[in-house]
Amino acid sequence: MDTTDLFSTIFSFENYAELLPLVSNSIVAGALLGLVGGLVGVFVMMRDMAFAVHGIAELSFAGAAFALLIGANVVGGSIVGSILASLVLGLMGARAKDRNSIIGVMMPFGLGLGILFLALYQGRSANKFGLLTGQIVAVDDVQLGLLAVCSVVVIVGLALLWRPLTFVSVDPAVAAARGVPAGWLSAAFMVLLGLAVALSIQIVGALLVLSLLITPAAAALKVTARPVLTVVLSVSFAMVSVVGGIMLALAGRLPISPYVTTISFLIYVVCRVIAWQRMRVRHNRDAAEAAVAS
Amino acid sequence: MAFGDRVLWDGLDLDVAPGEFLAVLGPNGSGKSTFLNVLLGLKELSGGAVEVGGQPVTSGSRRIGSIPQQKSFPEDTPLRARDLVALGIDGHRWGPRLFGRKKLNERVDTLLEKVGATRYADQPLGILSGGEQQRLRAAQALADNPDLLLCDEPLLSLDLHHQRAVSSLIHRQACDHGAAVIFVTHEINPILQNVDRVLYLAGGRFHIGTVDEVMTSDVLSDLYGSPIEVFRSKGRIVVVGIPESVEHPHGAGHTDALMAGE
Ligand SMILES: Nc1ncnc2c1ncn2[C@@H]1O[C@H](COP(=O)(O)OP(=O)(O)OP(=O)(O)O)[C@@H](O)[C@H]1O
Ligand SMILES: [Mg+2]
Repeated sequence: MDTTDLFSTIFSFENYAELLPLVSNSIVAGALLGLVGGLVGVFVMMRDMAFAVHGIAELSFAGAAFALLIGANVVGGSIVGSILASLVLGLMGARAKDRNSIIGVMMPFGLGLGILFLALYQGRSANKFGLLTGQIVAVDDVQLGLLAVCSVVVIVGLALLWRPLTFVSVDPAVAAARGVPAGWLSAAFMVLLGLAVALSIQIVGALLVLSLLITPAAAALKVTARPVLTVVLSVSFAMVSVVGGIMLALAGRLPISPYVTTISFLIYVVCRVIAWQRMRVRHNRDAAEAAVAS
Repeated sequence: MAFGDRVLWDGLDLDVAPGEFLAVLGPNGSGKSTFLNVLLGLKELSGGAVEVGGQPVTSGSRRIGSIPQQKSFPEDTPLRARDLVALGIDGHRWGPRLFGRKKLNERVDTLLEKVGATRYADQPLGILSGGEQQRLRAAQALADNPDLLLCDEPLLSLDLHHQRAVSSLIHRQACDHGAAVIFVTHEINPILQNVDRVLYLAGGRFHIGTVDEVMTSDVLSDLYGSPIEVFRSKGRIVVVGIPESVEHPHGAGHTDALMAGE
């Protein structure tokens, strides 16, 4: 494969106009996932749960693979898998250290199970690969409906929990003293997180869920500490990554995930550079003030 | 109260009236924070009962304001200084904050001004210094006009000026709003003029009374089981000779001339 070939594999805009309407469902699904991922990500960062997201994703993958094997609904299978995983984590891993070891045990088990189910599966191999690394599924109206319903559940749930969940996440001691029910809130959050992971897997795949649930929120936190702005930025970053990724993937012959992950990674890098610049400016100003004072 | 066979206190019968300011003193590990957690309903007594406002404690309460033992916020905490104080007012409510922002902001601004935090009100919480964060804690604890105020070493890492400002702020909550204040500290001097009574915990035993009753050579020597001298000089209390270990109150703890209460 020479460079022009390589380039046209990655980007080729032939027939783009005709292709676009075919994936309009996917784009809507992508936008929904961006919204969900950006919102959930803020709490994943606050609660320091990146590793948990990864663990849940592998079990969700196992669930989806099992559903594929027995010919059931793949989205349903992945939801069942990830909610089971979240509940186990929520019940057993109250302390961060316990939680990490439980995730470390669960994750390879889930991945192994998933690979077993896929090996047994006789159907199209594109389906297999897609669960791990993502795909523009030809999202049909039924699937889009299921995705939309789940997204709405997550969004409404998060909106309800927003303030008390923020309180227990950043300031657990005072929240407990004020009678905020930390146990219930974190259990409810685990369920919502499980749903969000299961949804994200449908587009970016189990291995790359973090690019949707962590990277955008982490990038937002680099550049602001305003709660509302954090949410707005995190959601926009996630949406740009997914929708942009889908549009670009359409133009090439590669799976969607490299596009999504690259966009979200670039956004993160830019945010880091901005944060670093700001710190330097602040530093210089402080130094100048100190010089004036002395 | 005991953890296993480690007894923190036994037979403590204490009634704190509204408007009263109780200081809790004692060496590390004597059970001061545990005492506050029992009042908050976050730890259960191994024996006996505790009531707040005439009712058995629930796990946490809206009527209690609390300043936890200092622990700083991680750098990437997605809150500004003012957001922390606001959580003290309505952090327990469901849903995002949609209405009444203006009123909330006014209340938060007043509180920030009281603790001298106006300058950094919009700064990210995570980059503030320990003392700056501690002042926000005080504002947060007072935010919802509590009837009971539990403070765990609230003056830690504050400079002298702000020690005075924060302790008189807490004292005013007791005087003006009739809140009962329980104030854990290693330093009695900054709050000497505010304190009504002292609870001194040490080596599994305790002593309660006014400052003059408790902060004496006899009482402290008895609590620690080794000779301790308490001096008063220019309105300050200086304690000399606290042993390094209080695990065995009647053992032969050696008595370096260790200064506390300075
Ligand atoms: N859940 C627990 N299980 C067993 N022991 C505990 C538990 N919680 C606290 N302790 C012990 O009880 C003792 C009192 O702890 P506490 O935190 O109340 O001390 P403190 O007086 O606040 O000390 P410091 O001045 O260091 O803050 C300590 O020895 C601690 O190890
Ligand atoms: Mg303590």
